[in-house]
Amino acid sequence: MFAYGWVGPALWAALGAFLVWNAVNLEVDAARIQRGLARAGTVFARAFPPDFQRWPLLLEGIVESIQMATLSTALGAVLGVPVAIMAARNVAPRPVYVLGRGVVTLGRTFHEIIVAIILVKAVGFGPLAGMLTLTVNSFGFFSKLLAEQIEQIDRGQVEAVRATGAGRGGVLLFGVLPQVLPRVVGLTVYQWDIHLRQSTIIGIVGAGGIGTTLYNSFSRYDYDFTLAILLVIIAIVCVGEWVSAWTRRRVQ
Amino acid sequence: MLEVSGLTKRYPTGDEALRGISLAVGAHDLVFVIGPSGAGKSTLIRCVNRLVEPDAGSVKLDGVEITTLAPGPLRHARRQMGMIFQEFNLVERLTVMENVLTGRLGYVPLWSAWRRRFPPEDIAIAFATLRRVGLEGMENKRADALSGGQRQRVGIARALVQRPKILLVDEPTSSLDPKTSAAVMALITELAAEERIPALINIHDVPLARRFAQRIIGLHAGHIVFEGTPATLDGRALDTIYGAALAELEPAGVRL
Repeated sequence: MFAYGWVGPALWAALGAFLVWNAVNLEVDAARIQRGLARAGTVFARAFPPDFQRWPLLLEGIVESIQMATLSTALGAVLGVPVAIMAARNVAPRPVYVLGRGVVTLGRTFHEIIVAIILVKAVGFGPLAGMLTLTVNSFGFFSKLLAEQIEQIDRGQVEAVRATGAGRGGVLLFGVLPQVLPRVVGLTVYQWDIHLRQSTIIGIVGAGGIGTTLYNSFSRYDYDFTLAILLVIIAIVCVGEWVSAWTRRRVQ
Repeated sequence: MLEVSGLTKRYPTGDEALRGISLAVGAHDLVFVIGPSGAGKSTLIRCVNRLVEPDAGSVKLDGVEITTLAPGPLRHARRQMGMIFQEFNLVERLTVMENVLTGRLGYVPLWSAWRRRFPPEDIAIAFATLRRVGLEGMENKRADALSGGQRQRVGIARALVQRPKILLVDEPTSSLDPKTSAAVMALITELAAEERIPALINIHDVPLARRFAQRIIGLHAGHIVFEGTPATLDGRALDTIYGAALAELEPAGVRL
């Protein structure tokens, strides 16, 4: 691969040295890890068995998370479909396409925690911030994938609808949308699944849902309640994934 | 009905697909365009309804100049030209009936189309046309569940429910087996006669052209090199149209 035989091994040695230097710099210390493992053991011991006594609180949090996830998915889809059409090179005129792609990129730039923090500042604590966070966060992803699907459709079918004298709307409705509909449904359900997971976390920064309860229980050392919450989250996410897979199979 | 004059098209790749084509299709003509691949047949037909924009020349449908129409009037003009495609171009996920009704999209407001509320006369015409092309009872089948021949029949029905003034047909049989090809070709020519509309048909199958055409136009490298009846399409004419391509087939004893 390299012109001189010694270059390869030299690079490996340099990489190794770099990694060691990183580890030392970050104080990756075997002793600390060992102490950490011991402490983790204590946490797990106190977490077991899980405590479901405060289940009304748990239920409230989970329901709020599910509501956030569902609403933001619906909103994200409603906003995302027109943006996707704008961001599809074969459907949108050039300036609209550039705008659409810009919006998509912007939507995808920020991690949901950052967006959550900003929105909590803007609209206050609670599920509204959470719902808006998830919507903002998802519609870039949704639009991008849908736009790519739109760009891959069969031109012939679209051409045929154009040839009948249909307007732009008719061509979109009968030529484009039927071809991308399975993908829209699939993406929406996939998005809902992702939102479900995200909605359980953003509560940590105050954006509503079970995340707040989770964080509070942890900082109050109620590890058994924490475990209960985690178990419910796992169960919910599993159900969501199963629903998502089933729906996507059915829509084919 | 259709007057094409000096039609020219040069693709951005440099390919000069049409070099000044002039032809006329009368009110009851069945004109078949033959020629080797790349001769410009597909470009010619697509320039008529401006699915491809010509660079120069004039296309007049029933006296109306098509090349200078604004988008709105262009859509109105397209309604009057029923197009049938080589690859059928049905919307796969829609039913046969929905595909046929696509032909009425140029006449129906968007809101009604979205709610699938087409006027009852349109629906009646759609049913009748499907019966005429031999697909009665298949209205609710999904387009991708049909055979090639059936799909092309739906394509024909779709073009006909537009109540067009002319049929533009682009290689309708290239994706079909010989028996189905002959049946589809017969159907198209019968329907054109019944509806009393002319048809401009691209085809690379010369025997089919000979059998069904009234007039044959031979295209070669963007020029018209032959125009006449099937009777006058002799070996020499075919040589002119197909050039070297034909000479390659001769040794195999293939008689076109």
